Amino acid sequence: MASRLWASRAASYLRLSVSYRGFASVVKDLKYADTHEWVKVEGTSATIGITDHAQDHLGDVVYVELPEIGASVTQGNSFGAVESVKATSDVNSPISGKVVEVNEELSNSPGLVNASPYENGWVIKVEMSNTGEVDSLMDSDRYSKFCEEEDAAH
Amino acid sequence: MTVTQARNVVPPLMNILKFKGLPILQQLHLEERLFRSSSDNWCIINDGTNAPTIVMGVSGKPSELLELKPVLQDKVPVVGRFTGGGTVIVDPGTIFVTFICNKDAVPNVEPYPRPIMSWSGLIYEDVFRGIGDFHLRENDYVFGNRKFGGNAQSISKKRWIHHTSFLWDYDIRNMAYLKVPRRAPEYRSARSHVEFVCHMKDYLSIPDFIGRTVKVVGTHFSLRPMQFEEVNIHAKTSFDHSSRLLTDTELEAALVSQKSLYREDTGSSQV
Repeated sequence: MASRLWASRAASYLRLSVSYRGFASVVKDLKYADTHEWVKVEGTSATIGITDHAQDHLGDVVYVELPEIGASVTQGNSFGAVESVKATSDVNSPISGKVVEVNEELSNSPGLVNASPYENGWVIKVEMSNTGEVDSLMDSDRYSKFCEEEDAAH
Repeated sequence: MTVTQARNVVPPLMNILKFKGLPILQQLHLEERLFRSSSDNWCIINDGTNAPTIVMGVSGKPSELLELKPVLQDKVPVVGRFTGGGTVIVDPGTIFVTFICNKDAVPNVEPYPRPIMSWSGLIYEDVFRGIGDFHLRENDYVFGNRKFGGNAQSISKKRWIHHTSFLWDYDIRNMAYLKVPRRAPEYRSARSHVEFVCHMKDYLSIPDFIGRTVKVVGTHFSLRPMQFEEVNIHAKTSFDHSSRLLTDTELEAALVSQKSLYREDTGSSQV
């Protein structure tokens, strides 16, 4: 009971929503795409990564293919890939804009995507071209439900 | 059964292309083009490639994976492919089988590496039923504990590709071009290539293997035989491929890097 209380307080501090049914974690203030990427929007700047659900289903990530700085990204389209279990899986952008920074740490430590999908495992930062696109993304509650429905369907 | 029920059980359509001796780089270019710019399902079977070629996965580093001095000396071509996974050396004794599927065509299979691998494992279990001790073992196709088929995948939003190179036969000497990889399955137990792999020819003939594969795939899909010339109707004619032949310059630079790594590891200047 005490460890559950501690976990609940830690989750609250990190603004993590953790279900004890064993589902993947989500972070409350982020927005989510149906291809399992998250975006943190601060004004016209966005940080993008893949969700806990995605990293759990992908397996151990051994390589991350990053875009060039200055490359354009388009909502719903692939900008890079991760390799896990002999597969490359596209990473799609939840919003459109221009890449201003990539997480160079992932070149040496691709496992950050698994260990810290919402923090140290971020993939790219983007200067957004259309902040209105965020309205078409899911909030954390809707995304949690989406993941449950997707897992139940298989 | 009502008409509606009958409609519900009609298997999805899959185009099937068969080749003999198609060069592996051409095969990879075709696969990537179909994967990225077609909306059909495809099965591609290539009975042997024309010449021995090393094929590395998307993240493969020649300095870590290849014995570069003999590779350069013997002018063995090295290709980097667009899918994940490890390094193989393919030749006229290799048989290739590829599946390119819309995720909706196989709705019970989640579009992630392990579910796709499980699905293909079941397909090949049926193909090899009654032949050898076939398993999907740590993502390899094995008879017993010896690998005879390596596979790799690429997954996009709506489609995935799973392709396999089967060692129907191989030249032991070619294995000498490959290092034992740092990342290897546990069941390999540090065995050399020769002790780790086996020939599919010890188990069945090529026509038997291809026949069985087509039959099993035909129970999951409605197969439509297609000729290469018809492909342009179903996919973009020009396409920016990422699979490519590595240049001598790149391989020579990798050799320099390999030599200095060896010096650091051993304190010796000999490779």
